[in-house]
Amino acid sequence: MSAEVILSSLANGVMLGGLYALVALGLTLIFGVMKVINFAHGSLMMLSMYASFWLATRAGLDPYLSLLVTLPAAFGVGYAIQRAVIAPVLRAPEHNQLLMTLGLALFLDNLALVVFRADPRTLLVAYSQTTVPLGSIRLNLPRLLAFAGALVISGLLWLFLKRTALGRALRASAEERDGAALCGIPVGRVHATAFGIGTACVAAAGAMALPFFYVSPEVGNTFVITAFVVVVLGGLGSFPGALVGGLLVGVVESLGGLYVHGSLAQIGIFGLFVAVLLIRPAGLLGARHA
Amino acid sequence: MRRTAAGLGLLVAAAAAPLLVRSEYVIGTLTLMCFFAFVGQGWNILGGYAGQFSFGHALFFGIGAYTSSLCFLKAGLTPWVGMWLGAAAAVLVGLVTGHLSFRYGLRGAYFALVMLAVAEIFRVAATNWDYVGGSFGILVPLQGHAPRLFQFGDKRHFYYVILAMLLAVTWGVARLERSRLGYQMIAIRENEAAADALGIDPYRVKLAAMALSAAITALGGAFYAQYFSYVDPTIGFGPGNSIEILLRPIIGGAGTLWGPLLGAVLLGLLGESTRGLVRSYAGLHLMLYGVILMGAVVFLPRGVMGALRSLGGGAGERARA
Repeated sequence: MSAEVILSSLANGVMLGGLYALVALGLTLIFGVMKVINFAHGSLMMLSMYASFWLATRAGLDPYLSLLVTLPAAFGVGYAIQRAVIAPVLRAPEHNQLLMTLGLALFLDNLALVVFRADPRTLLVAYSQTTVPLGSIRLNLPRLLAFAGALVISGLLWLFLKRTALGRALRASAEERDGAALCGIPVGRVHATAFGIGTACVAAAGAMALPFFYVSPEVGNTFVITAFVVVVLGGLGSFPGALVGGLLVGVVESLGGLYVHGSLAQIGIFGLFVAVLLIRPAGLLGARHA
Repeated sequence: MRRTAAGLGLLVAAAAAPLLVRSEYVIGTLTLMCFFAFVGQGWNILGGYAGQFSFGHALFFGIGAYTSSLCFLKAGLTPWVGMWLGAAAAVLVGLVTGHLSFRYGLRGAYFALVMLAVAEIFRVAATNWDYVGGSFGILVPLQGHAPRLFQFGDKRHFYYVILAMLLAVTWGVARLERSRLGYQMIAIRENEAAADALGIDPYRVKLAAMALSAAITALGGAFYAQYFSYVDPTIGFGPGNSIEILLRPIIGGAGTLWGPLLGAVLLGLLGESTRGLVRSYAGLHLMLYGVILMGAVVFLPRGVMGALRSLGGGAGERARA
């Protein structure tokens, strides 16, 4: 196998990994703040992909420009979902929280199935096949843009969490819910904000994946199961863990695809997942007290 | 006494149903209700009584369905025997998964995710392995009316088979509920540290629950493959199937004897009453399941059985407790 093939596969893996990282960031943020694993995360991504798809085909809006519409909308939807669906079970047993987000996922996926029907759709944009040269290999432009976008959004989120009052309130609520409430932090609103931001992250990933990925009512499952792998790998609730885990999974999947055919490469990822869960459930970079 | 009488009455009604109703459609509905109650009882042992929430029971279902179908297809072995081989294989996989998970003290969401991941590994492997039919799956060759090969010309026979399986497993769970092992499972579910301190070995008890649960679910999978003469990786191992399996015991009341049966009847009736709509809108019934699941979590956190018990109907239960 030529070095070029391996290099471009590696580059593809890194670019895809950036997108996985963005999906996982949303998931890990929600878990970090509320200790809830959001099974509906992929469904929210799927909805955002449909939103961008229709904005592109009906209104002629470029998928990247459609972020201006879908991001605020996704934040609002996430905020509302937390208030209506997640808040009532925050103090319920863990399996009831799982069931709640599972019910939400079932509802959203099948709502999409009823409204949009099962057939996958692809959005072709003028630059779908455009490539950018990098050394001896060529990178697919939409994938490169998605990767760059994922990095920018992660960076902004990092700054937001570290530098703003709301970000500090978010981290405080994640650390110690009752203590934060005693300090006068409106924990309920902070939780809803975290869920809104998490939803916006996954919505951004959806919109940016659209130029090179199909959309169907089930597309979220593909991404969300990978995102579970990523967050567990990086440590549930860990921000850098999601980034590193995302890149790692992207590269493993892409390089694995060189040696085995079809979806078999996923077995490696799930195997890695099970191994990490068993040996180090707090993840590779997870907090020690997790 | 009253419970026994009620149970006997139900049993007679269930056994007589095919004699009174000739409609294949009604018998088909009853068969599926019994089937879901059966695998629901399987899930209930691990997820309900022992409190280890599994999000990947399709793993065992698929192993049962695939093993019995493959033994028949490749070696001509009757599924009546193949189903037990499937159960044995499922127990083996369950024990390995359980050993790894429980040895490290995994629980809650982490255990749920391990089960999901292992089921996914089997799904991807089955999809890519041509010997077991790849993504197309396995068509069980039809032999006409061949009871010795678990094939019946008359669908009512399938109904009697699954009814008998359901009765056997329900009787078994009723015994389990009042056995030492059953009490140990419940103790671990309620407070693992306290159970441990009392000298119960959580690792062994959880493994026992896993083995029983895996075997029952695999037998259900073998029945399913014979009934529909077909299984593929998504039906067999997919997350959708895992949800179907856990839905009924959760709605009916996890960790109760009648929960899986009640859940199967309720969701079965719901499915039938919305069938007309479902035909024109694929996915609508799962959408409804989603709403029901969310509603149940908020309004019936312990399932229908839990709600019945906390209402007046539970006076007897409380008096006994």
